[in-house]
Parts: sequence; C-alpha cells; structure tokens
Amino acid sequence: MAIIDLANPTRFMTLTDRLLPWLWGVTLLVLGCGLYLGLFVAPADYQQGETVKIMFIHVPAAWLAMFGYGMMAASALGTLIWRHPLADVAAKATAPVGAAFTLMALITGSLWGKPMWGTWWEWDARMTSVLILFLMYLGLIALWNAIEDPIKGGRVGAVLILVGSVNLPIIKFSVDWWNTLHQPASVFRMGGSTIDASMLYPLLICAIGATLLFLTLSLMAMRNEILRRRIRALRLVAAATPVGVSA
Amino acid sequence: MIEALGPHAGFILAAYAVSALIVLVVLGWILLDGVLLRRQMRDLEARGIRRRSARKAAAKASDVKAAS
Repeated sequence: MAIIDLANPTRFMTLTDRLLPWLWGVTLLVLGCGLYLGLFVAPADYQQGETVKIMFIHVPAAWLAMFGYGMMAASALGTLIWRHPLADVAAKATAPVGAAFTLMALITGSLWGKPMWGTWWEWDARMTSVLILFLMYLGLIALWNAIEDPIKGGRVGAVLILVGSVNLPIIKFSVDWWNTLHQPASVFRMGGSTIDASMLYPLLICAIGATLLFLTLSLMAMRNEILRRRIRALRLVAAATPVGVSA
Repeated sequence: MIEALGPHAGFILAAYAVSALIVLVVLGWILLDGVLLRRQMRDLEARGIRRRSARKAAAKASDVKAAS
C-alpha cells in the first residue's frame, strides 16, 4: 500500500485502529525508560543540582510545542495546495495536543526558573515567543470552533497557521538574535552537544518517548475528528431527506 | 526519596505532577470525545441513517445471505 492510499479516511481509520495499541505500548515503554534514567540514574548537575531533573520533561515539551506547530504548518500546505482529505483533519487534531505540550513547557520552565533564576517569569525573547505560540494554538482552536463549515474553517485556519509559522524560527533563534536570560542551544548545535552523555542519553530517550506520546494522542484526536465530520455529513443528509425515506 | 531531590524538591515534584496532569486531561478529553462521537454515530445508524459505504456493505451482506 502506497503512503498516498492513507489519504483515504476509511483506510486511515482501519490502519490506526490496528496501530494504536502497539503505539501506546512502545510509548509507555520508551517514556518509562527515559523517565527512570532521568530521575534515578542521571547525576545531579554541578550548577543546577537536582533541579536539572525538570529538564527531562521541559526540554522535550518545548521541542514538541514547536514540532506540533511544524506538523500543523505541513498540514496547512496539504490543505491549501493538494486539498489532501486528511491534512485539515491532522491540523485541527494536532492543535489541542500542541497547546498542551506548550503549556507544559511554559509551566515546567517557570518551575525551573524560580529556584535557578529567582523569578517565575521573564519577558525575554524565548519565553515571550513561546507564550505567543501557546496563544496562537488557542486562537486556532477558537477559530475552528467558530466556523460551522469544517472545509471553510480548515482553509481559513491553514492560512493563519502559515502566517503564524514565522514564529518558529523566532523561537529557535531568539537566544542567538537577542540577549536573553534563556541559555542558548545545548543539544542540537554546531560543534556537538555540550551536555554530558550521562544526562544527554536520558534526555534523548525522554524526547523520543514524549514524541511517541504526542503522535499517539494526535492520531487518537484525528480519529475523533474524522468521526465528527462523518456525523455532520450524515446529519446534513438526514436533514435533506424527506421523512420516511431512508438516507 | 524527597530528601534526595534536595532543597528544590517541591519544584521538581510540582513540574512532574503538572505535566502528568496535563497529559491525563488531554487523554481524558480525547477518550471522552471519542465515546460521545461513537454513541452519536450508533444513534444515527439505529435510525437508518448510514454512510453510502456502510449501506453498500449491508446490501452486499444481505445479498450473500439471500443467495445461500
């Protein structure tokens, strides 16, 4: 079966029905291993002490906040250029999951910032741009809920997603472009990671586990969105059918 | 265990607790939404309102039954 065949919502539902139990199993296994290594095996940082343990959830959450919006931007292109039947569904289903991971990044960052920086919040470029990302997620969810027709809502949402995607490079490079309180990139950078392997591997395993969790939740939400559209279509058919005649 | 987390144990535990809560709320919302949607779909099907593919499948099944 070619990848393009998954564009058929019925095939997508059948495939994800089989895939989701396995995906849940792998997610729990990888995330469980990552959190165990992060909490019980990785050493305390020489500067941050045990507070570094917050990084094993904060960093993956922050990466996935951007990854989720990136997925939505790719879906928006699929909606506007190829009119892919699942692209709009994917964008709409990913938004609440992305918003949740962005909120997680903001709260865990704040809980790390208070003991380390002495403040819960600072209006610096990185934190402000991530807060804007969170507000964009909420704005898109509100927009989709405000427009009755999902096709029309999908196209309007897709345009807004692409306009908002300008925020992604701002988030990524904010620590380089401006003088911020937030530390610069320490994992994916020219010259290699600055993190010791004893902390880097648990962090990467946590990131893989959190990514699997993100994808699993997004696939579940996509299945719901397909079902919601089918119900809407059936109701429209039922409303247009004279009483006593089967739809 | 909590003492081993040092003087900032409260912040570390709060970070993990809030993260778990956020994931559980999203998961609970998705599961509940799915249950409600499947119930609505079943109600529509019980009223004879079906998708074309479901009607074709039902017709094919009844043809096979009649032939046998």
